[in-house]
Amino acid sequence: MQISLTINGQNHDVEAPAATLLVEVLRDTLGLTGTHIGCDTSQCGACNVLVDGKAVKSCTLLAAQAQGAAVTTIEGLANGEQLHPMQLAFREAHGLQCGFCTPGMVMAGLEIVRKHGTSLTPELVAHELEGNLCRCTGYINIIKAVVAGAAGMAVLGESQHA
Amino acid sequence: MRDFALHRPASVADAAAAFATGGEAAYLAGGHTLIPAMKSRLRMPDALIDLSALGLGGIARDGDRLWIGAMTRHADVATGATAIPGLAALANGIGDMQVRNIGTIGGSLANNDPAADYPAAALALNATIETDRGSHNADDFFQGMFSTALAEGEIITRVGFAIPQASAYGKFRHPVSRYAMVGVYVARFAAGWRVAVTGAGPGVFRWHDAESALAAGSDVPALAADDLNSDIHASADYRAHLCGVMLKQAIAHLA
Repeated sequence: MQISLTINGQNHDVEAPAATLLVEVLRDTLGLTGTHIGCDTSQCGACNVLVDGKAVKSCTLLAAQAQGAAVTTIEGLANGEQLHPMQLAFREAHGLQCGFCTPGMVMAGLEIVRKHGTSLTPELVAHELEGNLCRCTGYINIIKAVVAGAAGMAVLGESQHA
Repeated sequence: MRDFALHRPASVADAAAAFATGGEAAYLAGGHTLIPAMKSRLRMPDALIDLSALGLGGIARDGDRLWIGAMTRHADVATGATAIPGLAALANGIGDMQVRNIGTIGGSLANNDPAADYPAAALALNATIETDRGSHNADDFFQGMFSTALAEGEIITRVGFAIPQASAYGKFRHPVSRYAMVGVYVARFAAGWRVAVTGAGPGVFRWHDAESALAAGSDVPALAADDLNSDIHASADYRAHLCGVMLKQAIAHLA
């Protein structure tokens, strides 16, 4: 079947079986391998992307369910060489160890800002990150990074960016 | 995942017609239970009928009932069900942030997972489950593990919750799955109390002894463990104990 998606601002018409998952279109068809497949069972959040601005687990969504939607992946955040404030905060707070979960964590951070604004407490971030697993157990710095990234978005007036 | 034919009907009648066209069919609401089951080949439908374009979303109060469209996402119930704060809080504790953006109330009720949250609210809030063929009372709708009064191909369109004087949900979450090890929804109406328990037994059930004790203002007797679940997570005795604890937590948070 034909599936039309807007991914990081670009229109794509993809021919794929109905059973194709959104993450498969992103990674295999379009080569956007920044979105990771961790558990493949909707536990870990490494495949987190934004669909019409809302965070979803792209391993548990048919590509066809995103028909006509605007999808944002980790590749869509930076402006050329200039990192998005949430990405920058992960670098500066050392919010990653092996980095496998990081794309999903960054996208989750944007969802948390969408829902709660740019003034975040560590407790709130910890609650909202329940759907994202880091097996290096680097949560302390990840939470710091999300709080700092949200503050960075406020400075740049980019709270609506996501 | 085995491939299937995907139908995207624009009306409830077209959806029901697509379901009946032959082979094994399944309705796709949010899909956060169905798609994992299909990925592991526990389910291999020939056809999926996507319910997202039927206009079944939305939350509206009508008199003493709060009506929620079957395709309303958990995240939208969490922010929109302000007439029943206990129900909004319950929705905000389902799964995780990403799951709540996709999962639907109709999908949860139709699936009737024995550890799901919404069935407890529907039963305690004396819900009416409207479908394309009529309506069901919650007391008759839930018929044990993954079993409901829905006929083959019947589509939930909306759910009407009786608005209580106050209600709350006490949930002991499994730390990994975030399903309820035990969940107790307590609702106080002018006519009396309703208490529903999920996660503890083979299906959601009303805790009648708790209801009558609350009405009488007496101590709630311990729940018998006889018919409750024992598994690797918890024994029946432990679950029975948790029911009492979750009941107390819910009563402490009535709103």
